[in-house]
Order: sequence, then C-alpha cells, then structure tokens
Amino acid sequence: MQLFDEPIEFTRQPGIGAPVWQGRAVDGDELKDFAAAAHLAGGRLAALWGSDERLSGGGFRLHCVFGLNEGHACLTLELPANDPGYPDLSGLFPAANRMQRATYDMVGIGHDGTDQRPWLRHGGWPADWFPLRHDAGEGGDFSNLPSDYDFVQVGGEGAHEIPVGPIHAGIIEPGHFRFSVVGERVLRFESRLGYQHRGVERRLAGADFSTGAKILGRISGDATCAYAWAYAAAIEAACGVEPSPRALALRAILLERERVANHLGDLGMLGNDAALAFGLSQFFRLKEEWVRVSALLFGHRFMMDRIVPGGVEADLNAAAVKVLSDQCDAIGPAVKELHAIYDEHAGLQDRYLTTGPIDAALARELSLSGMAARATGLLLDGRCYRLDYAPPPPWAALGVRPVTDERGDVAARVAVRFGEITESLRLIRQLATQLPAGAVCAEVKPVPGASGVGIIEGWRGEVLVGVSIGADSRLARVHPHDPSWQLWPALEHAVPRDIVPDFPLINKSFNLSYVGQDL
Amino acid sequence: MISIAALIGQVFAIVLALALAPLLTGWVNQWRAWLQNRSAPPLLQPYYTLHKLFHKDVVLAHGASPLFRFAPFIMFGCMLLACGIIPSLSTDLPFAPAADALALVGVFGLARLFISLAAMDIGTSFGTLGARREMLVGFLAEPALLIIIFTVAMIANSTSLATIVETLAYREFAIYPSLAFAGIAFTFVSFAENARVPVDNPATHLELTMIHEAMILEYSGRHLALIEWAASLKLYAYSCLGIALFFPWGIGERDNFLALVAAIPLLLLKLGIGGMLLAIIETINAKVRIFRVPEFLGTAFLLAVLGLLVRLLLEVRA
Repeated sequence: MQLFDEPIEFTRQPGIGAPVWQGRAVDGDELKDFAAAAHLAGGRLAALWGSDERLSGGGFRLHCVFGLNEGHACLTLELPANDPGYPDLSGLFPAANRMQRATYDMVGIGHDGTDQRPWLRHGGWPADWFPLRHDAGEGGDFSNLPSDYDFVQVGGEGAHEIPVGPIHAGIIEPGHFRFSVVGERVLRFESRLGYQHRGVERRLAGADFSTGAKILGRISGDATCAYAWAYAAAIEAACGVEPSPRALALRAILLERERVANHLGDLGMLGNDAALAFGLSQFFRLKEEWVRVSALLFGHRFMMDRIVPGGVEADLNAAAVKVLSDQCDAIGPAVKELHAIYDEHAGLQDRYLTTGPIDAALARELSLSGMAARATGLLLDGRCYRLDYAPPPPWAALGVRPVTDERGDVAARVAVRFGEITESLRLIRQLATQLPAGAVCAEVKPVPGASGVGIIEGWRGEVLVGVSIGADSRLARVHPHDPSWQLWPALEHAVPRDIVPDFPLINKSFNLSYVGQDL
Repeated sequence: MISIAALIGQVFAIVLALALAPLLTGWVNQWRAWLQNRSAPPLLQPYYTLHKLFHKDVVLAHGASPLFRFAPFIMFGCMLLACGIIPSLSTDLPFAPAADALALVGVFGLARLFISLAAMDIGTSFGTLGARREMLVGFLAEPALLIIIFTVAMIANSTSLATIVETLAYREFAIYPSLAFAGIAFTFVSFAENARVPVDNPATHLELTMIHEAMILEYSGRHLALIEWAASLKLYAYSCLGIALFFPWGIGERDNFLALVAAIPLLLLKLGIGGMLLAIIETINAKVRIFRVPEFLGTAFLLAVLGLLVRLLLEVRA
C-alpha cells in the first residue's frame, strides 16, 4: 500500500511482533485521503480515539488505526488546542460513528458529521465537561442529568416500538435495545450502550505499569487474557522489550484457553435460547471443568493477572502440561459428540439456519473482525497466514488453521465456534508439549514519551490497546478497544427482516461485550 | 336429586385439584431437571413459591384498571371450574350438568381472554406482545380442541364429559382408531395451551420470546400467586381431560364411593407418568420459531379432523 506515492513500510514491533506502521497526517484532509485509500484497499477501521497532549505543549491528538492486509496502520492527527475538529470518517467507515461520538464525549474533539448524539455520556456529566482532559478537575459532584437520546424513528401504519432494557429479565449486562416493528417483524433495531461507565481511561492516566495491567485485565472478565496481552504488547512495543519465546507460548495457551471457555459457554447458551436446556447443562458442565483446570494451573478461573508487561506470571511444569493435554484429549470428543447432536437436531437447526444473516460485503463495510467476520467467510484472523500477511510469533510456527463459514447466519457462527474449539484444543496441546525453555518474564524499563499499540486476536475479535507513556514514566493515555465497537452495528443489520423472538438467539450468536463500551 | 356422596365426591375432586396441581408442576420440573443433568428443585417448590408470593405485597402499575386486578381471580376461577367439571376421580359430578365439554373450551377461552386483556391493560410493550401471541396460539388451538371433543362426543353420543367417560370406560370395550388421531392432536394442543416447550418456554428469562410469561410480567404478590396456581391448575385440568378422554379406566362410576377411593392412586400414577412424558418431550425439543406455531397447531387441527373423518366414515355404521 502507498500513501501519497510513499510506500508504507510495515515493521515488526517488539513484543507480539504484529506488523505496524506509524504515521502522521498533516491535516484533516490528509487523514480523510488516507482513510479513503485504506477503504479502497479493502481495509477496516480498527480503532479511533483521542488524547489531550496540551501538557507536553501540543494540542489534542486524534489516533486512527486502520487494519490493512499487510498489517495495521496507525495514523495520528495533531489538532489545535483552541478549536479541535476533524473530518467525519463515518461516510467511509460506518464503524467510525460511535468511536467519534465517544471521542467527543471523553476528550472533546469533535467531528463535522451530522450524527452529534452523545454515546458514552448518559447525563452523568455536563455536555461541556470532558473527563479525559488534563484540566477537567475532579468533577465528582455532578447530579445525574436527564439524558434524552434520539433513536431513529420508523413511521407508517402499524409500526411501533418495543423498548427493551437497560434492565433485563435475565442476569445480563445493561444495554437498551429499541425495536421498530410491525407485528413480529423487525423493521429497525438500534442499541444504546455504555450504561455502566466506569471511568477506566481516566483511572489509567497516571497509573504505573502494573496497576495498568490490573485494570486492563478487569475491563472485560470474559476477555481478560486478550486485554492483558494487548496491553502488555503495547507496553513492550513502546519500551522495546522482547518477551521470551516461553512467555509467548504461555500467553498463547492462556488466550486459547480463554477462547475455548467462552465458546463452550456460548454454545450452551445458544442451545438454551432455543429452549434446548440440555445443551446448556452439557456445555456448562464442560466449561466448568475447563475453568477449574484454569484455576488449578494458573490460580484463577478466568486467568486474570497472569499476563503482565514483559511476560507472564505463570509457568507450567511437566505435570501441569500433562493435565493440560489430558483435558484437551477428554473435552475434544465430548464437544464432537455435542456438535453432532446440535447438527442433527431438526428443531435447533430450524432456529439457526438463515437467522440473523450478514454477508461478507457488509462485514467488510462495517470493519468487523473476529469470529463473526469469519462466519461470513472473511479470512480475518491475526493468528493465521494470509496473502501479504505473516502472523507474529508464537502463531507463525503453529500454522493456525482459520475456521470460516460462508453462510453468515446464526448457524455459521455456531459452526465457527465448534471449529475454533477443536483448533484451539490442538493449539493448546501443541504449545504445551513443545514449550520452549527459558525465563517467563523480562524486565520492562519505561521509556518516557514512547507509545505503542498491541493487537491481539481475542475470542470475540481483535482487541486493541493503544498506550502512550508520559514524561514521568507512567501511563499518560491508555485506550482499550473492544471488537464489539464494530460488531454491535453489525447486529443492528443482522436483526431486521427477522422476527422479534429471534433476537435473543441472534444476539447470543454474536455475544458482544457491553463492558467493552463501559469504559 | 344430588346425593350427599356425589357432593362429597365433587368437593373432594376440587380440593384434590387445588392440592395436586402445584405438585404436578413440581414433578414435571423435577423431571426436566433430571433429564438435563441438573440437580432438581424440591418436589414441593411450587408450594413454597405460592407461599412466598401470597406473603408479598402487590405492586400495581400506575395505569392499571380494575380489570388488571380482577383478571387473576377470573383466571383462577375458570381453572377451578374446569377442574370441577372434568371427571378425575368419579363421573358422579353434580357440577357436570353446568358445563359440558364444549363449554369447557369456552371456560379456557374466558380465562385466556381476561389474562390477555389484563396484559394489554397496563400498556407495556411486553404485555401487548404476549397477549398478541397468546391470541394467535388460542385461535389456532381452540378449533382443534373442539374437533377433538366432537370426535370423542360422537363415540359417546353426548358432549357431557361424565357420559363420555362412562361410555369409554364402562360400556363394551372397543378400539377406536379415531381416538388415536384425536389423542395425538390433543397432545399437540395441550403443549400449546400450557405454554410448554415447542411453543413457549415456561423457564425462559428472554422477554422477547415469551408468550405466557410476557403477559404476567407486571403481576406480583397474591395476583401472581393466583396466576401461577391457575397455570398449575390448567396443566392439571388438561392432564385430567387427556386421561378422561383417552385413558378413562379407573375413574369411578356413579354411586360407587369405593371406586372413588380406588381411583386416587390410579390418578396419581397416570399423572406421574404423564408429567414424566411431558418433561421428556420438552427436553428433547427446541422451541419452534413463533411463525411455525401455526404449522404446529395446524397439524393438530388436521389430525383432529382426520380423527373425526375416521369416526364418521369408518366407525359409524347405520
């Protein structure tokens, strides 16, 4: 790929070693031109966030990461302190919409697009107060303001709205869904998220590296390994630390275990949402056995705080490796058996097939990543070889086989989950039995003023963490980006044309993160 | 003239229904749990739930009209009446002349009407959604149930349930192929009417897929207790109706008090087996897409009509 006749050279970062190019746009027009070029090249918008650089004498800075075939292109745009603004990218990448709105809510740098509704600000603070600005102050005494939100309305005879949430009948996270329906048919579906804003990004500013690792590991409990690794990779990229091969292999085991645990749980829930409670109890039994072994070997059922900048805080001896591979051998056939039951259950297949479809063109348009994108047939997996792209270690040596499905419906997402469990079990076995020798944790010396990004293929999709280190060797700005930012809008495209009672099944087949938005 | 024994038998049948209905629900729930490899809730859990709900305060929606408050009582009353006129232990029921099998369908319909109106009364989208779906299920299930009853009534030459049971159980034994069709159709209808798995899911927490549960979301306290109890009674009533129409052997005859006593263990056995079968069917099936419910109940209707035709063309000899 080229930017204004200059070729873009992707370089391997230290740490995770994902190919990354870092560049700077001179002005908004150049940013937009680059975005257009990335769009033309079939790229995706991976993340977009802002930062306040006024303490170091600058203004504000906009960070855009584009996922291209060869790697990730990180582009920054300097914005003046008095009038920060940049061109709207949502015309090229619809996924930019919510990220831009969130950026305004948090940092106060705005885009010139038409959709100026707040995204993360739910009346918890005034519209002219921006929590991520250095001079924002404590801001603790805001009363809870009423917050109106203009959902897009659908008119016409018989059309009406069904509001659902943010409090639901089951024990799930808060999110508001607005269905515009005629009878049972869904005409339009819009979601509003961010009800549990936690102030994570503000808390991270000024934290030291280990506090940062703890917080990042707690952004989303179901993806704690992916977040922790992405953060560690970003720190290692910024500080030029190379984790040992043993540490990388152990991280890969942790990540794959997380993937298997979540897929097992989701497959159970996907049975349960079609009222096949048998599936739920079977898969949850397997998941429980799985997380118990995680607790046994890594000291925590979700394996929190095991991945730290520099390496891992866990190690496996020969006995542990045997436990690990024995469990893979035991769970593999059980999953296979359940797969056959799911596949042959006429009632279940009737619910899954053709429900909630998205196609590859839409997946590309919406910058999707991960499992849901692969279920449309797109080969998007940071762990797999593809044209122009070689995966970083430890994946490169493993030859990870991508699991894709062309159908794009609930059935496809179920099939991809089954496939990925099998592949992950193989990877865990291979990683555990061929564990390289060496230390598991390297020392990380902060490099003041440095910055880096970490990109990890988590179980949902691409988890991205951008880190910049301040002059005081502490974290100046950390931006965690969940793949659900791109995937939630895809859900809004998957639901219409189906009927209201299909929504829980479609929603569960994506199983998107609410807390990933509750930053 | 109503005999004292008949009156006692009638009252006993109703009391037994009130007492046994939650037990049947608890029994089905236990089997569901066992079949799903879960440890089961106590058999008496529905009673504990009722006890808890009766001791809770009622929270009423601001827009609730008196209809919303009366509906649980009407529903409960309807189900109690249904249990009163379906011969479960004895055919000697003084209440039976009050309503025949056709009126029974009307009694179920009345309960449905009021609970649906109550669901729409408070004006929440889920209530309306549930009521709408309940009406869809109801208007498809009722004709099928009527045809089933016609088929059986033609065998007994009466629409009175007591006469039907007496004919089937105590007149000359005969094998009626029409009853096989009617029996399968009745099973389909019972699943739909009692909000069981292929049509609805009594255990769901998913607001958007509910039918029965969506209608009663706004109920609390004693109102909810009455509705839960009425739902148990409905399951009990349908089970007893199924037993009365298709497995009536053992139900006591007129003027036979001893038979009434002997009928109790047999009824328990039949309900026990029925509950188990219900749980098995629920466990192996997934819920159908709601637009498939018409197909499901259409099949039931078709089978019922087949039963009727078999009766008319093959079994009736001039």
